[in-house]
Amino acid sequence: MKELVCIVCPKGCRLRVDEENGYQVSGNSCLRGAEYGKNEILNPTRVLTSTVKLEGGLYRRCPVKTSAAVPKGKLFDIIQALNTVTLTAPVSVGQVVLKNVCGTGADVIATKDL
Amino acid sequence: MCYDLIVVGGGPAGLAAANSAYEKGLRNILIVERDKELGGILNQCIHNGFGLHRFKEELTGPEYAHRFIEMLKDTSVQVMCDTMVLAVTENKEVHVINTEKGYQVLQAKAVILSMGCRERTRGAIAIPGARPAGVFTAGSAQRYLNMEGYMVGKRVVILGSGDIGLIMARRMTLEGAKVLACVEVMPYSGGLMRNIVQCLQDYDIPLYLSHTVTDIQQKDGRLSHVTVSKVDESRNPIPGTEMEFDCDTLLLSVGLIPENELTRGAGIRMDSRTNGAVVFENMETSIPGVFACGNVVHVHDLVDYVSQESEKAGAAAADFVLNPKENESALQLQNGFGVSYTVPQQVRISRIEKNLEVFFRVRQVFGQSVIEAKDGENLICSFKREYMTPGEMQQIRLPRVMLDKVHGNAVTISVKEA
Repeated sequence: MKELVCIVCPKGCRLRVDEENGYQVSGNSCLRGAEYGKNEILNPTRVLTSTVKLEGGLYRRCPVKTSAAVPKGKLFDIIQALNTVTLTAPVSVGQVVLKNVCGTGADVIATKDL
Repeated sequence: MCYDLIVVGGGPAGLAAANSAYEKGLRNILIVERDKELGGILNQCIHNGFGLHRFKEELTGPEYAHRFIEMLKDTSVQVMCDTMVLAVTENKEVHVINTEKGYQVLQAKAVILSMGCRERTRGAIAIPGARPAGVFTAGSAQRYLNMEGYMVGKRVVILGSGDIGLIMARRMTLEGAKVLACVEVMPYSGGLMRNIVQCLQDYDIPLYLSHTVTDIQQKDGRLSHVTVSKVDESRNPIPGTEMEFDCDTLLLSVGLIPENELTRGAGIRMDSRTNGAVVFENMETSIPGVFACGNVVHVHDLVDYVSQESEKAGAAAADFVLNPKENESALQLQNGFGVSYTVPQQVRISRIEKNLEVFFRVRQVFGQSVIEAKDGENLICSFKREYMTPGEMQQIRLPRVMLDKVHGNAVTISVKEA
């Protein structure tokens, strides 16, 4: 039995995941919590948010995120990849910055019009 | 020229209020914003977790702001950026200044105050020691890093475990800094549990509860060491418990203060518990037609609730202009055991449609407990809770039908342990 705090929403439910019984989750108050509990044991993932260099915009950085949750172990590799990117204004929300970043299947997309 | 409504501040509160006032029929609305663009603090909050209640999806700060800014595009709401409001008067004159048109006095029929809040600084908590470079509030470090493109340090200690501090612990780590510790004077964290998990535990950053920074040392003008000590139950440092951290940066996440210079200047009645205006059920202040919403009234932990509260203020401002009403006597909401404040503080029952939404915070950590609303000794309603901490704002809905039965002129909200 593993105890976790769910991070899907700000409620912070205290989950218990039964590793010996098909990763059954208890303590969750929604279905997303059950999914989180199972994934957190088998393959923990996070949505990564960061910034990339921006030229010609109101500010010098443009905020970005991964379009889906990516394996925790890849976060620092993705940050490295972002360090090589320079965008030029104008940038719009949802614009793809890096496709299939580090082979995760997720894209890095801009999160602000600049 | 007279505006129907002037909204002071174009952050999440002002945006939601202006949109809602437009929806309710006002057309001549102006938002005044001091920064170069709308969105307020959301522009630097590049992390996700916004909008789970409002939009049922997880957005970053800039994306959440974008949704509201897009809504404005289809309206006649006007926006004046890069403009500072210097004063708001009792008769709803708004004094503004910018480099383009200089000093102007604008007249409005209604005003919404949505100026947000500011961070408490080193001065506010009086940390002893040297005064070198390298001490930042977490929010200013966040702006440097996420918008201006400056890395503020390499080895970091964070004082305070509020959400901004926790978010910055992760952000600095991802950008290559070593975060040595997050230090919290209280025996519990001031931030959301999910942020402890995904910002500290994910990166093995230790959290020292019941500890504080007791000395700051410098070398060549830059921070070189901080001393952290354990504190006793009355938050006094315990001699002999000192730990030294070799670091170049100290980030402070030690609380937020509603930014109410304009509110006080207008002569609006204030609440010393929230450091914000005293408000009625529709977010109206003690000056009829002047409303306040968002973090300028009380500090929220979720922007979704700021939007919700501000939409109420926007709708009420529209109602004030389009359907003026006689003022009437109000019921007082009082805080009983375990409750540190309520918003609203005053209620005109006839103006409530179905439910009265009450936001409040508890004074201490509660396990299984019951929130009670009482008219003297009579219980009006009660609400069960599994777990409550001062770091998480509570919300209850009191039905109008129950409030109609109140005999006295006050309702007390209190907590009873189950």
